Amino acid sequence: MSEATPLLDLDRVSVSYKSRNFKAPPFLALDGFTLRIAQDRPKIVAIVGESGSGKTTLARVVLGMLAPTQGQMRYAGQALDAMARPDRAAFRREVQAIFQDPFSIFNPFYPVDHLLEMPLRIFRLAKSRAEEQAMIASALQRVGLTPGQVLGRHPHQLSGGQRQRIVVARCLMLRPRLIVADEPVSMIDASLRANVLAQIQALRDELGISIIYITHDIATARQVSDEVFVLHRGKTVESGTAEAVIARPQHEYTRLLVGSVPRPDPDHGWSDLTEPAQG
Amino acid sequence: MTSLGTAPGRRPNPVLSALGHVATNPKLLAGLLLVSSLVAVAAIGPLLVDTDMARPISAPSNRPPSLDYPLGTDGGGRDLLAVMIASTPQTLRLGLIAGLVGTIVGTFLGLVAGFFGGWLDKIISTATDVMLTIPPLAVLLIVAASVRTVSVEMMAFIIAALAWMNPARSIRAQVLSLRERAYVEIARISGMSELRIALFEVLPNLLPLIMASFVAAVSGAILAALGLEALGLGPQDTPTLGMTVYWSLLYGAFGRNMWWWWAPPIVVLAILFVGLFLISVGLDEALNPRLRRQS
Amino acid sequence: MTTPLLQVRDLTVSYLINGTRGRAADGVSFDLHAGERLGIVGESGSGKSTLALALMQLHKPPSHIEAGSALLDGTDLLTLRGEALRRFRWSQVSMIPQGAMNSLNPVMRIGVAMADAIHAHEKGWKPDRIRARIAETLDSVGLDPGVAKLYPHELSGGMKQRVCIALAIILKPKLIIADEPTSALDVVVQRRVIETLKAVQKQIGAALIMIGHDMGLMAQSVDRLAVMYAGRLVENAPIRRFFRTPLHPYSQLLISSLPSPDEVREMKGIPGAQPSLFDLPKGCAFHPRCPAAMPQCRLERPESRLIGTERTVACHLVTKEPAHV
Repeated sequence: MSEATPLLDLDRVSVSYKSRNFKAPPFLALDGFTLRIAQDRPKIVAIVGESGSGKTTLARVVLGMLAPTQGQMRYAGQALDAMARPDRAAFRREVQAIFQDPFSIFNPFYPVDHLLEMPLRIFRLAKSRAEEQAMIASALQRVGLTPGQVLGRHPHQLSGGQRQRIVVARCLMLRPRLIVADEPVSMIDASLRANVLAQIQALRDELGISIIYITHDIATARQVSDEVFVLHRGKTVESGTAEAVIARPQHEYTRLLVGSVPRPDPDHGWSDLTEPAQG
Repeated sequence: MTSLGTAPGRRPNPVLSALGHVATNPKLLAGLLLVSSLVAVAAIGPLLVDTDMARPISAPSNRPPSLDYPLGTDGGGRDLLAVMIASTPQTLRLGLIAGLVGTIVGTFLGLVAGFFGGWLDKIISTATDVMLTIPPLAVLLIVAASVRTVSVEMMAFIIAALAWMNPARSIRAQVLSLRERAYVEIARISGMSELRIALFEVLPNLLPLIMASFVAAVSGAILAALGLEALGLGPQDTPTLGMTVYWSLLYGAFGRNMWWWWAPPIVVLAILFVGLFLISVGLDEALNPRLRRQS
Repeated sequence: MTTPLLQVRDLTVSYLINGTRGRAADGVSFDLHAGERLGIVGESGSGKSTLALALMQLHKPPSHIEAGSALLDGTDLLTLRGEALRRFRWSQVSMIPQGAMNSLNPVMRIGVAMADAIHAHEKGWKPDRIRARIAETLDSVGLDPGVAKLYPHELSGGMKQRVCIALAIILKPKLIIADEPTSALDVVVQRRVIETLKAVQKQIGAALIMIGHDMGLMAQSVDRLAVMYAGRLVENAPIRRFFRTPLHPYSQLLISSLPSPDEVREMKGIPGAQPSLFDLPKGCAFHPRCPAAMPQCRLERPESRLIGTERTVACHLVTKEPAHV
């Protein structure tokens, strides 16, 4: 594995679903998506788009839950089905996820500790119970939570922000190389998002983890990401550095997205832009 | 989703809080009281009353209730109090065995079919659906009529063989929903094997449904047994509630106004069914609000 | 100043669990004029949804209205019972509850659901009149009248939410309460839905209470903003004055913690976590997280004080309105 091999290589990936109706053409959820993330330069790539744009399909491809119908997805130079078992296991460990709903990710039967203990035990990352507890405690403290306040509790006893930070803590402990964060803050109060996003940035800055940050909120994309891809109906309509794409959008859809962000200034209204037919 | 935070001072233990919910539901408590009083009668009764008197020709026949025979005697010369005490545990045992076997088999099949899907699901679902279309009473009649002597255990297993389908269906339906949950996906991403996910992530969340299915299976089993016995196809040698009803019908107890013969088994059965029903309703109430709060 | 349409005084809604009392709304008072839009903003667990539900007496046990009144055109919403309450709901006060678009009856066509709402309140209407009202209402939310024939699953998220708005205005109520009306929608659709809501509310002359947590959205949607923290109303001001000079430290933090698409700033959240309603700090509920807390804040709960002529703040630090506003 040479240094030039990218960590993640998505090469014109397309995913299409067969329609129920035999006569209708298949539905193209993702169309020719290309992205490369280098191994030695961790970065945060934002995938911005509305619902139905293909962002979630992309997340599932990167996580290995969905195979592309066209194009190639390669992790560390290898396609998933070509990997030998140890490489496959490494992939499972090194690519982790932060999902949108910080509630349903917890099994209601167990206290929240279960989410943290489970991968440690399966990947055998701790040599003893004491080491396991120490790893969990330090990861929780890293994300600004007091272990005594959250361990032993059930998910419904904690706030959305606390729960999502536990999910980030889980990622910290596993030391993945790539994290797919699918709308990690959209179900959290606007004023609490900054905390979780700062944690995500710390993952890149302190641990060298690359992150694919999927969102419909272009404001947060601006704050945390290095590169931005704008998806519309499965196609990449614009991409580039975060600053360039959001401050000087070229494509009309990107302009629509940027213009639709509500500014906290009553005098700076939504810009006058035409909208797509359905809403 | 709002979280008001917990009441101060307590870190709730999940098992204890579940028991707490269970312990405070009035319907559940009432049901448990009814059923456990019958269990108590079944357990303690034989120590107080001579169950040999439940055998035919142990007492003068057709006597109405008196001090010697508080529930009177029947046409075959059985002391009916002894019969009640001897037969209640038999019926309870039958319900328990059939209910347990039916629920365990049904849960296992439902979990496998729902979680793993594919051809395994197709086979199990087809088998379940086919078995459901067979009228259980017809099968029971044929089996019972062709076997010379039927014991309580044999009846229990025959009934269990026809009791697993409903639990299998309801468990499978619930599993189909649960396996799409985010916590199942994250378990997969954490490297958990499919088998471990089925047993440790999905199965625990099925417990309320399993309990409800068990109660229903027990009721159903007792009812099926009662049906068979009332037709005379139950165990001839062991006293059971249903057989007592059969004998009373055979000997024309209604026409002869021997209420002490047909009334007691019916009262006991009524208490049992009402108790089981209250338990099932109470369990649902006690466990669901917690589930609702979490959703 | 005309008489307010809605006058809420000292509304207190509490929960009693295991012997401890938590107040989801504690002495909340505010006025709302006809045609005015009030935003109620706060984090999850601040009690804002409970407040909304209580106004329509839709709150469920173990929560109960401990005290207070809510006069809508002279009638106290909190003392209505039985048939009077039922008739008041929907025809005078209607609601778009949280998650409404996912609660549309999946086996009912949109038109049938709307006719249902009408039937529940107006017995004498002829089918023609009902059909006309349905078409008119769908049109006012920017939907094709043909939508009446569709099922909820045939509509997109934004369209479903607009159907919920249509359902809420179908009997032309005086007050509409919208609880997080755009929570699951992306920015483009969100904008459309809010603009629709504002337009229809203006058209029928109703007052609007909008509940949410997104300050940016509030800035674009309402005339007046009220901030709730731990069940208490801590600030209430006209929208421009609010954003120009937020007075309560919590309001200031809420505004500054918003990520902006226009510039990269250090992202600062609000430190700490919201207290449990059952275990509030003594004195001002916000003092543990407040950057400007004084000794008095730890001891005495601040009362809601009128600052200037149009705004109220509950904070020991604020005594008068800044001069340059």
